[in-house]
Amino acid sequence: MARFSPSEAGSRVNGGFRGVGVLALQGGFAAHVGKLRAMGALIREVRTPADLVGLDGLVLPGGESTTMTLGMEREGLAEPITEFIRSGKPVLATCAGTIILDDAHLGLLDISCDRNAYGRQTHSFEADVKIAEIDGEPFTGMFIRAPRITRIGEGVEVLATLDGHPVAVRRENLTALTFHPELTSDNRLHAKFFESIPVGHLAEIGKDRDRTSAAASQSSQPKSQSEGASG
Amino acid sequence: MTNELTREATFNVKAGMAEMLRGGVIMDVVDAEQAKIAEAAGAAAVMALERVPSDIRRDGGVARMSDPEMIRGIQQAVTIPVMAKARIGHFAEAQVLEALEIDYIDESEVLTPADEANHIDKWNFKAPFVCGATNLGEALRRIGEGAAMIRSKGEAGTGDIVEAVRHMRQIRGDIKKLASLEESELASAAKDHGAPLEIVRDVATTGTLPVVLFCAGGIATPADAALMMQLGAEGVFVGSGIFKSENPEIRANAIVEATTHFADPERVLEASIGLGGAMDSLESSKLADGEVFAQRGW
Repeated sequence: MARFSPSEAGSRVNGGFRGVGVLALQGGFAAHVGKLRAMGALIREVRTPADLVGLDGLVLPGGESTTMTLGMEREGLAEPITEFIRSGKPVLATCAGTIILDDAHLGLLDISCDRNAYGRQTHSFEADVKIAEIDGEPFTGMFIRAPRITRIGEGVEVLATLDGHPVAVRRENLTALTFHPELTSDNRLHAKFFESIPVGHLAEIGKDRDRTSAAASQSSQPKSQSEGASG
Repeated sequence: MTNELTREATFNVKAGMAEMLRGGVIMDVVDAEQAKIAEAAGAAAVMALERVPSDIRRDGGVARMSDPEMIRGIQQAVTIPVMAKARIGHFAEAQVLEALEIDYIDESEVLTPADEANHIDKWNFKAPFVCGATNLGEALRRIGEGAAMIRSKGEAGTGDIVEAVRHMRQIRGDIKKLASLEESELASAAKDHGAPLEIVRDVATTGTLPVVLFCAGGIATPADAALMMQLGAEGVFVGSGIFKSENPEIRANAIVEATTHFADPERVLEASIGLGGAMDSLESSKLADGEVFAQRGW
């Protein structure tokens, strides 16, 4: 099983860690890694199917959707990512990550996307986005060669719109955005995602990180509680 | 799309675009057919130009911005971002490229400089710019002028990695030194680097450039890409290295794979097998003074 980097100092919650994978074949993975690490996540960059084992949550970042799709084919990642998503663990997708989920790609989210719908890079823009479940000021949405969601299927909830088109949607454990919250200093969306991730079993997450502290906290936690937290 | 609630082409949007190229390979292409091969191999973007750097070296003469019609043909052939080069200081070429809606402009030392004193004022443009640098001061001067992405210069068109390594080590080393300084030492450091104090302070605080740092100039093999990524490059430009090799399609795929798995020697090994011959090369140290592209710009 792939390892978490020893330098990643995740914070323990209820005796466990949240192990979060960020797809890192190509694209804007580094900014997601920085934000989630600062919140205490144990981060693993995902480049092969083995990297998905034991994760509690997953980020599908922006990037070039063609490049990322080809990379997923090369690595045989489509099937394990599909399984991971079907397992019900929280997944956050931004921009190209959203395209990868749509009906023309993995088909895991019943939406249709129009790629680069706002035009080439010179037409990339920032816009204020009001997100249904985020209190306070609107979000600064960074739209970079962004796709437009042109159709949403049944059961897909719209969290935010811009000019009448959805820019943030959710179905069950999947949250998909067409903009880039990872590129702003606003942590609200990532915090929401991070909080939704169940705390992982130390037996899986801790062993390749810190055997001693894993053993210590496992014995100090009632078994039922750690199982409940991992649900 | 524009309305009163949207702000187009802000610096964050320009630098954010480079974030989306991370971990990727940007390939030089001279026509639509090569662009399609690059896209199918997993390039994160293509650089549209009339002649790859090794041909510019061979042919000599003034190297200018490419024919807009050729660039447009490439834009129509692929959906990945298309970049193109303008001469250093040639802001009118950059204006033409912006009018073409090019996704990124490379103000490049590979072309013959148009202004020996001034680089383009990149704040005046909606199109983002990437610029070359041989050290931190040069990188920060370009960022001060509005560049939203930096690449180490290397020595384009040689297939010799030594200058790319030198420049990447220099930039990363300069950053480490800066990060070890006290606040009271930063003004003097800014003077030494010939760079704006505000940006110097930002780098000293964060320990990293405020924009994405790629490498360029001399990458010819998957192992070259893996080397540069391990030295701290956040992505790779490959110029002559792909389409001047024996089997561009296979090599393009291999360099993409090695760039993604740069820290996994077994994957780099796998990517290095069965590629056919690399490009014809030139030893950088044997270039005459006027032939060194990296010395162009300041």
